[in-house]
Amino acid sequence: MFALSCLLLPPQALAEPSTSIFAPESTPAKSIVNLSVFVLIITGIIFAVVCTLLVYSISKFRAKSVNADREPAQVYGSNQIEMAWTIIPVLIVVVLFLATARVIHAVQDAPMPGTAVQVDVIGHQFWWEYRYPRLGIVTANELHIPVSDATHPTPTFLHLLSADTDHSFWIPQLAGKTDLVPNHPNSMWMDPQRTGVFLGQCAQYCGTQHAKMLLRVSVDSPEDFAEWVREQRRPAVTDERVAAGKQVFEHTACINCHAIAGTPGNGRFGPDLTHLMSRATIAAGAAENTKDNLRLWIQDPEAIKRGSLMPAMQLSKSDLDALVDYLETLR
Amino acid sequence: MTAAATSLVEMPQPRSLPYRGKVGMASLIIAESAIFTIFVVAYLFYIGKSLTGPTPGEVLETPIFFTICLLSSSLTIHYASRSLERGRRSAFLSLWSLTIILGALFMCGTGREWHRLIYEHGLTISTNLFGTTYYSLVGLHAFHVTAGLIMLTVVLIFGLAGRVHKDHFRRVDVLALYWHFVDAVWVVVFTVVYIVGR
Amino acid sequence: MSSNAITIPGIRVEGKPWLETLHEWVTTVDHKRLGILYIIYGLGFLVVGGVEALIIRIQLMHSHSDFVSPQVFNRMFTMHGTTMIFFMVMPVLFGFANYLVPLMIGARDMAFPRLNAFSFWLSAFGGVLLYFSFLGGSGLYGAGNAPDVGWWAYAPLGARAFSPGHSTDYWTLSLLVSGFGSIGTAINIIATVLCMRSPGMKLGRMPLLVWLYLVMGGMVLIAITPLSAAQIMLLIDRYLGGHFFDTQAGGSAVLWMHFFWIFGHPEVYVLVIPAFGFLSEIIPVFSRKPIFGYPVMVAASVAIGFVSLSVWAHHMFTVGMNSYANSFFAITTMAVGIPTGIKIFNWIGTMWGGRIHFKVPMLFCTGFLFQFLIAGLTGIIQASVPVDWQLSLSYFVVAHFHYVIVGGILFATFGAFYYWYPKMTGRMLSERLGKWHFWLFLIGFHMTFDVMHIPGLLGMPRRIYTYEPGRGWDTLNLIVSIGAFIQAIAILVFVWNLIVSYFKGAKAGNDPWDAWTLEWSTSSPPPAYNFATVPVVASRRPLWDLKHPEDPDSRYE
Repeated sequence: MFALSCLLLPPQALAEPSTSIFAPESTPAKSIVNLSVFVLIITGIIFAVVCTLLVYSISKFRAKSVNADREPAQVYGSNQIEMAWTIIPVLIVVVLFLATARVIHAVQDAPMPGTAVQVDVIGHQFWWEYRYPRLGIVTANELHIPVSDATHPTPTFLHLLSADTDHSFWIPQLAGKTDLVPNHPNSMWMDPQRTGVFLGQCAQYCGTQHAKMLLRVSVDSPEDFAEWVREQRRPAVTDERVAAGKQVFEHTACINCHAIAGTPGNGRFGPDLTHLMSRATIAAGAAENTKDNLRLWIQDPEAIKRGSLMPAMQLSKSDLDALVDYLETLR
Repeated sequence: MTAAATSLVEMPQPRSLPYRGKVGMASLIIAESAIFTIFVVAYLFYIGKSLTGPTPGEVLETPIFFTICLLSSSLTIHYASRSLERGRRSAFLSLWSLTIILGALFMCGTGREWHRLIYEHGLTISTNLFGTTYYSLVGLHAFHVTAGLIMLTVVLIFGLAGRVHKDHFRRVDVLALYWHFVDAVWVVVFTVVYIVGR
Repeated sequence: MSSNAITIPGIRVEGKPWLETLHEWVTTVDHKRLGILYIIYGLGFLVVGGVEALIIRIQLMHSHSDFVSPQVFNRMFTMHGTTMIFFMVMPVLFGFANYLVPLMIGARDMAFPRLNAFSFWLSAFGGVLLYFSFLGGSGLYGAGNAPDVGWWAYAPLGARAFSPGHSTDYWTLSLLVSGFGSIGTAINIIATVLCMRSPGMKLGRMPLLVWLYLVMGGMVLIAITPLSAAQIMLLIDRYLGGHFFDTQAGGSAVLWMHFFWIFGHPEVYVLVIPAFGFLSEIIPVFSRKPIFGYPVMVAASVAIGFVSLSVWAHHMFTVGMNSYANSFFAITTMAVGIPTGIKIFNWIGTMWGGRIHFKVPMLFCTGFLFQFLIAGLTGIIQASVPVDWQLSLSYFVVAHFHYVIVGGILFATFGAFYYWYPKMTGRMLSERLGKWHFWLFLIGFHMTFDVMHIPGLLGMPRRIYTYEPGRGWDTLNLIVSIGAFIQAIAILVFVWNLIVSYFKGAKAGNDPWDAWTLEWSTSSPPPAYNFATVPVVASRRPLWDLKHPEDPDSRYE
């Protein structure tokens, strides 16, 4: 069964982007794969040995019609055999434990270098909030981090918090998952070694739309990352042509939940929209970031993500058009 | 079939297996201890973690007198059982009644303390973590004392009606075991709440 | 008791009005009848929980399916887990305990027959209460909702703020009530085993099934109660404004997790230990040899009971405990595999050198051995904490625990059904239908649960009502779902067998399997008083001694 899965996986792993745990691109994920291979080999050997004994007993000691009514020798046990098959498992456990403990410490107790990018990840029902405290950036749902070079490592350290229920941050190619628990800050790190988009999703059941709390991490080259940071720090685009839409935003309940830098909107219940159009998806990955989807999301969120906490805004058609035009300018 | 089984071996020495009432009550006590342990763990874990409100040091008064009442009721119930075992019914009834009175006194003490905490200090189960864990733990214990008092009273009523005899001492002992458990729990709760927690 | 033989009521009992029969069954305190009531109750919920599983699997056959809404899906997985654990496996296992333990120790009934009846009806009420939630609970989205917080009801999802209405309260109260029923039965089992054994039946001569139920009873006492305590705390939070798990007031969500898993992990050992008992009775009889290493089996069972109390936080490796805590739970989890492995070796040692008859009970036990081995090994894999950081909360875990519960416990329980049905009813179950049941279920089981490991390795988390296409999960989920339907057909074959054999099965007689423990010395079904005279035993296999007076076990023990 495991052999089968290992055969299946390499082709999957090459298909980009992958969510296979066997296609690691970051040190924590790689050390996990190495440990898992070691553990699989040991458990594989145990399986082979015990299975062989079992198959042998089934075939060799099956009652044949010739001897079916005679009772075999009544053996009650053997202390030597019991000792043997106690001591060997104990030794195996010791070996496995030492290998495990080593990797636990290597990953969990890794110190944070000064070059690390720090991100506060705040889990919400059903979206992700990202704050870069040292860079002064607030964004949502799509994380940008720099690629890390083995010679000049720039890992990213995530500080995990929650605004409501429990969540879990899982990008299989980059690291094992860590939970976001309210009132219990956690941290994890990753140092992706190639650029690209990496996918994952919330792994701890957090309510109705747990399934669509998707994760999208963009690992950028240092230049691209710096460019992205610059863009995110810029204030919201103001375009006179869409002033009407801005009015709609500022005078409707939108501002209670959403923030756009430079407007009265400073709500934190929903994602920050200042650079909405820099994201490829909306609703935490539930839909692509297109004009039609944006319109649909505002007018009837249940059509995209049933049970999400975004209310249907019940805007008139002209207000909705103006608002969407405005949002489309927020690069 | 079973007659044949006897012919194969000698009749084994008569042995006495434990009384099933005792084993049953001991099992119940083990289960209840697990429940209390969880409440105690929660209490200990949350010591000092309340964000607001009155703290244990500010509002708790050590209930020494009522603790002595409850713990001595263990003595009285023990002697009550022994009296019944020896067939001394009037001694049994008086000691049993004394047990109930001491237990009821303890409950009055708890009631008074809670009244003071609620009305003078504004500490309720929803005030803060201390309030929640305190009322839950002490309340769970008080609930078990109340259940015990009800059972003790039922036995007292039967006793006063002349229906409790020397042969019933084993069953009465089972109830006494429960009562000892309730007292032992109080020792733990007292230590955790009034000594460690302050 | 108006009749000597206890039979399941039916058309065959002549002259007795059905109302009177019904009244007898409802008011019974006889351990055999209560055992049968528990078992039938559990079988009913097997079907209900199975339907919930099928709904889940239909929804997950394709990505972006809309067979059910997310709200309904979330209720389905919550109810499926809660039902199968608390209202299927537990009742069936308590049923077998009730039926077999007194018979196997030569007693006439359990220690506390009325407590026995009370515990059954309490547990039964719990199940009904849980399902009433479909009608009476008002959850997040309108009236009539079952709980949807997962069978663990993690804080703060279970708090009033995130679960308004009463759906979560149905979860809490039904489990609280049935939990008290379980504690009552555990008290009964312990008192019966310690106090009611017949003369000569020293602890060292008890059948292993009785030992294992003794261990299970002890574990129920200290494992179920933490859940009861946590649920009382949850009720205090939800209704009295308490803050046990209120993170806004400084409370801890992690504390709920600890309390839940201090219950949750020993609970799965509560479920598997009786299955070990079934194996330890069936394998020797069909291998025609005594169990290999009886004292070691007893020691290993007790060791499993104790060590399993120390592993609970292996369900919390991703929660952010420090590396020392993670390492501690890693080693205890690996350690509990040692006595478990020893038991597997001893069962193989029993088969070794024997003359194995592959009747249906033995087929199911053989299936158990393969499958439990694999389940244990995937458990060891997850005990490697960093690997668990990837595998936890994914379909790999779902595959693992279904491998244990279905591939292990349910297979052993099916074996127990085929083995003891003749004793309970006086009729043999059909071998032919039994083989159909076995092979269909085996194929369906492997199709579903072998394949299910793979989406987990490919990043599919659990408890999601739908998934994205293009992640390589689609075809795998389709295969998993097809296997579920094959298992459903096998279950139907099984239920048909149970019904048809009751009326048309071959008469069983006292001892159809040529077995060696006391229950086979009395009639099938046994009379109300179990044994005409109290049996006296001199060894672990009293009937072997009777059948082989020239070579009794008592000479060797």
